Amino acid sequence: MLKIEVLGPGCKRCHALEENVRTAVREMEVEAEVGTVSDIREIAARGVLMTPGLAVDGETVASGHLLSVNQVKKILEARTESMS
Amino acid sequence: MNGVLPNSWRAEWKPLAWVIAVFVGIYWLPVGDPRFEGAVVEALALTKWYAQEHVLLCLVPAFYIAGAISVFLNQQAVLRYLGPGAPKVLAYGVASVAGSVLAVCSCTVLPLFAGIYVTGAGLGPASAFLYSGPAVNVLAIVLTASVLGMGLGAARAVGAVLFAIVIGLLMHMLFRKDEEARIAGQEVPTSQEEVDRSLTQNIVYFALMVGILVFANWGRPEGGTGLWYEIYHVRWIVTAVLAAGLGLVLVAWFGLSWSRLALVALPTIVLALLFPETPALPFVSATVAFSLVTSTSQGELGEWFAASWGFAKQILPLLLVGILMAGLLLGRPDQEGLIPSEWIAGAVGGNSLGANLFASVAGAFMYFATLTEVPILQGLMGNGMGSGPALALLLAGPALSLPSILVIRSVIGTRKTATFIILVALMATVTGLAYGAITAS
Repeated sequence: MLKIEVLGPGCKRCHALEENVRTAVREMEVEAEVGTVSDIREIAARGVLMTPGLAVDGETVASGHLLSVNQVKKILEARTESMS
Repeated sequence: MNGVLPNSWRAEWKPLAWVIAVFVGIYWLPVGDPRFEGAVVEALALTKWYAQEHVLLCLVPAFYIAGAISVFLNQQAVLRYLGPGAPKVLAYGVASVAGSVLAVCSCTVLPLFAGIYVTGAGLGPASAFLYSGPAVNVLAIVLTASVLGMGLGAARAVGAVLFAIVIGLLMHMLFRKDEEARIAGQEVPTSQEEVDRSLTQNIVYFALMVGILVFANWGRPEGGTGLWYEIYHVRWIVTAVLAAGLGLVLVAWFGLSWSRLALVALPTIVLALLFPETPALPFVSATVAFSLVTSTSQGELGEWFAASWGFAKQILPLLLVGILMAGLLLGRPDQEGLIPSEWIAGAVGGNSLGANLFASVAGAFMYFATLTEVPILQGLMGNGMGSGPALALLLAGPALSLPSILVIRSVIGTRKTATFIILVALMATVTGLAYGAITAS
């Protein structure tokens, strides 16, 4: 099961990204656990300079932009393909 | 012990407290008291003035510029100078101006600060960025210059940049031992599409938008002659030419189709010919049509609109509340709100050390939502605040607030946070004193 984390201190863009991630997961029917990281030190330590960031299975894969549902899907597709 | 309530009393006391507070407030509302009624009128009048004078001509183009910055400028290139491998000397300079490109919204300043500190170039550049970020963001400069005048706008931007470098260097030197003990981490590139436009093309594009903003808002000068006045006379023609240029640039480099450009251009031209006395009309129609066209575009134009609209949604509601509060408490320039102007003039009038210091310290702890410092400053100056303390407040206010101080403390610890606050207050006070002295003479 994929572990997806949205990294951000809790502003609107971070919530919007979380929504997009949940929509993408739902539409792709992928098994995933979606969580948020809002502690700023933790976010910084994960290498995210510009929030919101996105991490999959502990690896930070994107930062700086509010990814659309389609962009999230592309990232998740790439992850599931490389796993199988 | 819960009875039939769905939640325990623990959860219910908050809504109850709100109901009581609002009820008591309204029960004792001083309706009929002339000062109160005057303040309410001032709040509404100030908001109307902002809507009429600043939103359409000033804020809307500024939101588009801010959106363009966040979508089209290569932030990765800027972030490289703030990352762990960056040449340290350059990092300070870049950090002090990076806020204009990186942090158009206030919510990105704190995470960026933490990122630069924890995995990037370190405490020095992070502190520099923290101080200047909110001050050099495009929207802040535009509105400050537009409402409070070019003098304060320029002083704010220049002061923030200069003293960001100073504060950054001081923080670095004061805590050098601590810095050497910390570990830097991996930096993750931002997910931004590669853009194939040359630097020249970007410069032209941004220059056109900034030009439209500047000329549409060209202030009416005192006296009826001179270059300034001539420009004022022809400002709409210049704006129109620049807008036409922007249209062509969008077709040539951004994939706008001619038919969509026509959708924007034709109604604008028609309105301009029909109503030559009210240039605001074609300007508004152009903006509306342009928004319609970009919001329904795929690709870059759509992304640009989405970013600009995102900023507008985020910032306008709080700005509205800020303007209403400023009007209620302080009134329009030359008017009073709830607070008597003697109090303001007494605390921060003139250019004394005390006034500047008070303004800096108060500003450091007060919370200003993005852009709300402008109507608040406007009200304070209208009630007798000196220009020196005003600049001090502008430099210390938006950068810090009690909530942000707590967050900063969680990142760099109490000692460093306290040092940063003291440095900010000192720099703001000194800059205010200098500016007050220069503008008074």
